[in-house]
Amino acid sequence: MGLSRDQMAIRVARELQDGYYVNLGIGIPTLVANHVPEGMEVMLQSENGLLGMGPFPTEDAVDADLINAGKQTVTTATGASIFSSAESFAMIRGGHVDLTVLGAFEVDAQGNIASWMIPGKLIKGMGGAMDLVAGADNIIVTMTHADKYGNSKLLPECSLPLTGAGCIKQVLTDLAYLEIRDGKFHLVERAPGISVEEIVEKTAGELVVPDNVPEMQF
Amino acid sequence: MAGFDKVVNTYEEAMAGLEDGMTVIAGGFGICGIPENLITQMKKMGTKDLTIVSNNCGIDGFGLGILLEDRQIKKMISSYVGENKLFEEQLLAGDLEVELTPQGTLAEKMRAAGAGIPAFYTATGYGTDVAEGKDVREFDGRKYILEESIQGDFAIVKAWKADRYGNAIYRHTAQNFNPMAATAGKITVMEVEEIIEPGELDPTQIHTPGIYVDRLIQGTFEKRIEIRTVREG
Repeated sequence: MGLSRDQMAIRVARELQDGYYVNLGIGIPTLVANHVPEGMEVMLQSENGLLGMGPFPTEDAVDADLINAGKQTVTTATGASIFSSAESFAMIRGGHVDLTVLGAFEVDAQGNIASWMIPGKLIKGMGGAMDLVAGADNIIVTMTHADKYGNSKLLPECSLPLTGAGCIKQVLTDLAYLEIRDGKFHLVERAPGISVEEIVEKTAGELVVPDNVPEMQF
Repeated sequence: MAGFDKVVNTYEEAMAGLEDGMTVIAGGFGICGIPENLITQMKKMGTKDLTIVSNNCGIDGFGLGILLEDRQIKKMISSYVGENKLFEEQLLAGDLEVELTPQGTLAEKMRAAGAGIPAFYTATGYGTDVAEGKDVREFDGRKYILEESIQGDFAIVKAWKADRYGNAIYRHTAQNFNPMAATAGKITVMEVEEIIEPGELDPTQIHTPGIYVDRLIQGTFEKRIEIRTVREG
């Protein structure tokens, strides 16, 4: 058993720093907001034009004019600002967001990411994902290490259409925390109870394994 | 109408001149901050072969989705679609063309058009299918693709309040694409919840200056919610 979705969010949250502006994608990345360390201030950016996203509203505070990029009703946090889509993507594309966390179908050893379309299935669109991966310097991809058939999602080369080229340096899977540099995956940490052998077996791209691979603590 | 007064009294007047085959830029994100009544007027007019530039295409039975019912849309330029069944059906049947565009690039295409910039370089989409056929240039060791701006024959936008001169403010995240859309139409039509007198809005708080607005109309809005999420009180 690898990490649960919540454990993945907890592990990502350890990469947060006080004063960070953060954009969280849909799915596991969203859960990171629940695990911001005590005493740390983080502001969430939502690409539809909100910096300082608060929790979901109570029933009587629901407002059709206040939503997040996932189209869910939300609230504003203290110190929030609201702006146009062009301003929002100026922040993203101009590299002003400190950390971006998003999911993916595949990542490869060159730092390419595929996250938006599977040929043969209905294509819904990339939304803001291509802007986020091109604009951010500090990106963490969260995904399962292998698909449900056991095929690795950490590849020598992405097989699906790309969302961005050469832009991913950090990946957290349910089995491991890895970095990408010099065209290789580097194993940094392993999930509790997961052996290095299992990670090696499930990583199709070239993987560098250091002598000491610490186990994540929860 | 006189001087800077942009107010029109009927939706027929608001959308007069819209013709088959035109390009219409629409503000809104999902169904938040969409020009509901201007879209309804377009449905009534039955204008066909439209190219619609909007982040999304509404949902079944609401927003831009209603223009699919009589097959009025020829092409959608959007970042994310498919929240409606009818859209999917028409796409799969080949009755509808879609040009998927990254969200930030879409916003910038509108902004650039409104600012008289015909094209711009961006890193977004480099190395992906989006870059196909586009000029690539390197600046400071990084590769960028050339994206062309999009002007609309019409732009339809929704604001919260505007004075009769078209100086407007938006409410919360209903702002989204509306300010850029407002600048990018040869004819920009704005609908609002409330029209007030010039001088009532603080000039420093205005989001869209009236210079961009050609026609202004007050409407009533349903403001449907796409995904209602709440927490315990």
